Amino acid sequence: MSKIGVFVCHCGENISATVDCAKVAETAAGYDGVVYSIDYKYMCSDPGQSLIKSAIIEKGLTGVVVASCSPRMHEPTFRKACAEAGLNPYMCEMANLREHCSWVHEKGDATTEKAIDLVRILVEKVKKNHSLNAIKVPVTKTALVIGGGIAGIQASLDIANSGHKVILIERDPSIGGHMSQLSETFPTLDCSQCILTPRMVEVAQHENITLYTYAELESLEGFVGNFKAKIRRKSKSLDEKICTGCGQCTTKCPVKKIPSEFNEGLGKRTAIYVPFPQAVPNKPVIDRVNCTYYIKGKCKVCEIVCPTKAIRFDQEDTIVEAEVGAIVVATGFTVKQPDFFPEYGFGKYPDVITGLQFERLASASGPTLGEIRRPSDGKVPEKIVFIACAGSRDPAKGIPYCSKICCMYIAKHAMLYQHKVHGGKSYVFYMDIRAGGKMYEEFVRRAIEDDGVNYIRGRVSRIYEKNGKLIVKGADTLLGAMPVDIDADMVVLATAGIANEGSEELAQKLHTSYDSYHFFSEAHPKLKPVETNTAGIFLAGACQSPKDIPESVAMASGAAVKVACLFSQDELTREPLIAVVNRQAAPVFSSCVGCFLCVSACPYQAIEKEEIKNRTGEVIKTIAKVNPGLCQGCGTCVAFCRTKSIDIQGYTHEEMYSEVMALLNEY
Amino acid sequence: MTLGLYPGCSLKGSSREYTESVLAVAQACGIELVEIEDWNCCGATAAHNLNKELSLALPARILSLAEKQGMKEVVVPCAACYSRLTVTNHELAVHPELKQTITKGNGLDYKGSVEILNIIQMLDKYITPNLEGRIVKPFEHKVACYYGCLLVRPHEILKFDREEDPQSMDELMLKAGATPIDWAFKTECCGAGLSVSRTSSVGRLSGEILKDAADRGAEAVIVACPMCQSNLDMRREAINSYLGEKIDIPVLYVTQVLGLALGIDRKTLGLQRHFVAVNI
Repeated sequence: MSKIGVFVCHCGENISATVDCAKVAETAAGYDGVVYSIDYKYMCSDPGQSLIKSAIIEKGLTGVVVASCSPRMHEPTFRKACAEAGLNPYMCEMANLREHCSWVHEKGDATTEKAIDLVRILVEKVKKNHSLNAIKVPVTKTALVIGGGIAGIQASLDIANSGHKVILIERDPSIGGHMSQLSETFPTLDCSQCILTPRMVEVAQHENITLYTYAELESLEGFVGNFKAKIRRKSKSLDEKICTGCGQCTTKCPVKKIPSEFNEGLGKRTAIYVPFPQAVPNKPVIDRVNCTYYIKGKCKVCEIVCPTKAIRFDQEDTIVEAEVGAIVVATGFTVKQPDFFPEYGFGKYPDVITGLQFERLASASGPTLGEIRRPSDGKVPEKIVFIACAGSRDPAKGIPYCSKICCMYIAKHAMLYQHKVHGGKSYVFYMDIRAGGKMYEEFVRRAIEDDGVNYIRGRVSRIYEKNGKLIVKGADTLLGAMPVDIDADMVVLATAGIANEGSEELAQKLHTSYDSYHFFSEAHPKLKPVETNTAGIFLAGACQSPKDIPESVAMASGAAVKVACLFSQDELTREPLIAVVNRQAAPVFSSCVGCFLCVSACPYQAIEKEEIKNRTGEVIKTIAKVNPGLCQGCGTCVAFCRTKSIDIQGYTHEEMYSEVMALLNEY
Repeated sequence: MTLGLYPGCSLKGSSREYTESVLAVAQACGIELVEIEDWNCCGATAAHNLNKELSLALPARILSLAEKQGMKEVVVPCAACYSRLTVTNHELAVHPELKQTITKGNGLDYKGSVEILNIIQMLDKYITPNLEGRIVKPFEHKVACYYGCLLVRPHEILKFDREEDPQSMDELMLKAGATPIDWAFKTECCGAGLSVSRTSSVGRLSGEILKDAADRGAEAVIVACPMCQSNLDMRREAINSYLGEKIDIPVLYVTQVLGLALGIDRKTLGLQRHFVAVNI
């Protein structure tokens, strides 16, 4: 005979504001098998959990229903409390009165009725529940870090320094990411390269880190602790072991007019190239799309000049298979290009550039060696306009969010401009100045007060070219929307930070979720900011939303700690919520008839054939068997099984059926 | 080939030459334009600021008449009328309860089945594909195509051309033999409804537009809206006095240019009706 306890939570006012919790508890007390029912303000708190534990012990409960929030957050909390009181954790179920009821309905009798129904069905289910034991699985103590920007670098170094192996993959020929493109960094104006490049070198030399540049994730299988990753190492057309990085090939390559990605199109590179002199690894790759040999079948100048004969034109992509226990996604972000802005010329004015392009102009390693010269004719701009929120905070452009970093880098850009162009005039059009952060507001004030940057609160409606000037038409809303026309020599757009190219495909490969802007989704916006909804996959940096360097680094270290925690265990426990094929006494053995539709249905190749033999070793029946290590509990096989021989533990046919019957009031 | 025509008030009055040139070009290309019988005001400029239901009921009546008269497509040469009719079709399509109020309350039998074409869409669909060999007098001039505000906005509803930097009229002008210039005032405000109430504002706004066109060497400004035309043409005195210089480039309708290129005589196209003489 079941002895069920029902615990109704008010969740402060989250539930009790629209649901009559006392009535829910009272009604549940009258159900067959319910021996204890109570409501309480915060069931997840220590006194709340004690209430459950003591009821289990004193009343000898065989099942618990906690009627509170979504199980996403607190199912582990309550199951742990039950286990501590000696009840099998899988005899505890949660009725979601918050997300499924109180948050989505108005206060009223019908809302309370629904809450009662939700409790009712779980009372019936828990009566049919079976005790289950967690599955133990081993952990592969190697982490895969995807993306070699500052976040990926930091995460890799932290994990590696905690004594675990790391595989770091980077899509581009060098690690370093956007940070390597930056000139100075706010709010201290220290040189980006100076603080980044030593870390890049450390990554390359760390004994625990295997670095694959020019590589991307091809596919991923498995689960936390036991992932199998296939990594595509794109052909560099080069034998890296022989190449000394002497640079002969890049100097002699005749294709010299390819816009450099590193310089955001403001400089040129060759077809065989190293993205920038401080690249790690400092060895070239051949860009096959632009290489004369791959287009026309002849040239091979690089092969001729290479002193070590390292060029390999026929090299193919290779697939590396790696077993990893955890993954850190650090794929970063990108920025909208000026061609997104028809009102600012659709990208047809060469002197309307992005903030990232300005970084290259201001950088000592950039195409102008740090002198601010405009792209069209190389003149030093006497008047420069910076436009904040170009795309950001603009629902009409499909980017309602704040890109967060622009207010600060615009202040930095204007400051750098004033430092480098004496007598120059700079203007910033802004909506609000968002400078929350240590020494951030002070930095912006410095730009305005010490460096004389003209801040104009208002938007720019249009930019057009006239007599060699860029006419910037804006409004000064602090002067009553007074029209402001500035004849500028150069305009810098703080274009919106957006999800990196290919982020959805990567999220799909990783079976993790992304938001409507295609940024990766964290598991909980406050309490699980570096976790994803997929166990063992963590996030770092701007792949989750636009972030500045300090935040990206902090998040990367956070993700690294999560990985280290995971790797501190020798075995992981997995939820036993997996499929099982029923077994019965001889001569039936199982209701499985061996059609093996389930084998073709299973996306994880977790179902095998099992032969049942008699004493003489003769096979008398072949039935399906689920490998508990591979099964993910998706339930596809259950739906396919013609004889209903497969059940998901914790969600058996019998359990589901009792829920439905409870809802139909037929128990 | 027969299409419906909704002229609206301007095309019957201050911009008769627009109607004349539209009809002349259509006729030259074998298209008959049949005016919707018993049409009424589209409510432009005033109604949608005063009474939302009225602003939808007026175009809904026009469209229901077109449906009743068996029209599948209706050409609306005036940009303001085009905007009101298209916005109404959209509003009533996405708000069924509003459709109910408007149609029931006014006894209208409106389905929303009529396709509305602005002048450029009509030309692109029925005239320019058959221009081969018919351009007898290419309009060999540098022109500034001025789209104004309503022809391309709001983009979410009209879904016509690029709202900030439209191209369709420029392409049309290329086909008529003209050279469209790249300029910055294609969609800037001409002062539109302020023509009567605040003529000085029109002088300033339209002045900026004409000045830029003239500075970039345009020999004519091309429009597809009677309001734009009247502001840039009829208000030239106010414009010149604002600018402090005399700008004498004429303002032609897109159909007048096409008509000239097709060899239609100037009088049929109403070129003598302009305030600023058309001497090209």
